[in-house]
Amino acid sequence: MPPTPDETAAVTATGLVRAYGDSLVINRLSLRIPCGEFVALLGESGCGKTTLLRALAGLDTIQAGRIDAPRRPAVVFQEHRLLPWLSVWQNVALGLKGEAPRAKAEAALTEVGLGSRLDDWPRTLSGGQAQRVALARALVQEPRLLLLDEPFAALDALTRIKMHHLVRRLVAKHRPGVLLVTHDVGEAISLADRILVMREGAIASEYTVSDQPDARELHSVLLEELGVAAGEPVH
Amino acid sequence: MNNPDTVCVIPAQRSKRALGKTGRRAGFDTRLLLSWSIPVLLLLVWEEAARAGWISPYILPAPSKVLETAWALTISGRLATDLGVSLLRAASGFAIGGTIGFLLGTLVGFSKIAGTVIDRSVQMIRAVPFLALLPLVIVWFGVGESQKIFMVALGVSFPIYINTTLGIRQIDPKLIELGRVQNLESLELIRRIILPGALPSILTGVRYALATAWLALVVAETVGSNAGIGFLAIDAREFLRTDVIVLTILIYAAIGVSADSIARLLERRLLSWHPNFTGEGR
Repeated sequence: MPPTPDETAAVTATGLVRAYGDSLVINRLSLRIPCGEFVALLGESGCGKTTLLRALAGLDTIQAGRIDAPRRPAVVFQEHRLLPWLSVWQNVALGLKGEAPRAKAEAALTEVGLGSRLDDWPRTLSGGQAQRVALARALVQEPRLLLLDEPFAALDALTRIKMHHLVRRLVAKHRPGVLLVTHDVGEAISLADRILVMREGAIASEYTVSDQPDARELHSVLLEELGVAAGEPVH
Repeated sequence: MNNPDTVCVIPAQRSKRALGKTGRRAGFDTRLLLSWSIPVLLLLVWEEAARAGWISPYILPAPSKVLETAWALTISGRLATDLGVSLLRAASGFAIGGTIGFLLGTLVGFSKIAGTVIDRSVQMIRAVPFLALLPLVIVWFGVGESQKIFMVALGVSFPIYINTTLGIRQIDPKLIELGRVQNLESLELIRRIILPGALPSILTGVRYALATAWLALVVAETVGSNAGIGFLAIDAREFLRTDVIVLTILIYAAIGVSADSIARLLERRLLSWHPNFTGEGR
């Protein structure tokens, strides 16, 4: 019996398994992200969160389970991955089908505040600007699912906060489903509607951010989940 | 969102670069003059020595005599004909050898299986100095045009092959992964990501290949021909026309230099995105 198509879901994954040799990196994991929801995935290094993102992006094979994504997801990686031999707008239009690619790229770049840099080479951009171009390149595809693999990790603190504002605004406007992989608890709380904590290849717990009246309390709860005790002395 | 940092960073960089350029320019001119002083001096000494009769014109004619000969041969149309023949040989050999080297290099760069099958044989043939194959090539083709074109093609194909393979293998796998994320089809992936990424290396191969092409041509033409720059030299040897021989050597040198500058021009044109090949300020 074919499963009923889920019109409102950006992605539905059921029973995912991924193993490297004997170790299970993803262990029967299921996940559903509706369109317009911002989900953050927290977890210690090596818990499988990047593997999960790569599996959803179709970059990594899974050994069991199924992934239903109506359209190819767009990905923003930790590095901008701009092609140095293409101008800024050509980078954004990379793989774009249909007419007037330059106009579409220009619109996307204007949205991220770089409408004046269309014909520049990527090497002339700062780190934050390059990451904004990468974001424009993802959004111009009009994805149902946007995968963010620690895209702010390499940025300085102030640029990162600006990027948070920008991402929040753009996601509210385009309403894709978002999966953000991060190890920054503050970032997860400030951006996400829902936070998943991943441990040993499975989702260990789940928090809805709006239900939590006290962000500071959620912060320490999450830190504890990640193995950092709240009461630990700082020095 | 307008970024304030662009406003202050760019002028700062510009003024620094401008300062560096004027500073360098002044020193550059003096050094340019200085570097040319010895060649010019040698040329003057050579001219004087030949005119005074210290060097026999059969050993080394005066530079002015070589110029005269060049003029005479240009007027008679012989120089243009022979140069044309040589250039045509070089171009056909380069086109054939370059295509073979590029296709094999692309195949090996992409496919591990092709690499296993082809690479060892190519490397074994490469171990032979290709000029040593000349007697064998003459047995195969005689001393006609095909022998010369074959030698050029042989010399050209190796540097192009090696640098194409290298260029493709050096491409950042993360960029290829990006191509998959952006839904590029195979052909688009090659055109947009793989070939541009391999281009710096391929162009280095082209520069090496131009040098070997001339080497192969000089050797192949000198062995036996009835037209071309090499024939001009051999013909002149029969009549002890040292001035013509010196002229052909100079022509070979000039062609080598211009081929190299064409390759550099290509690099600057095609690699303007690359920080090492920026067109600005040159």
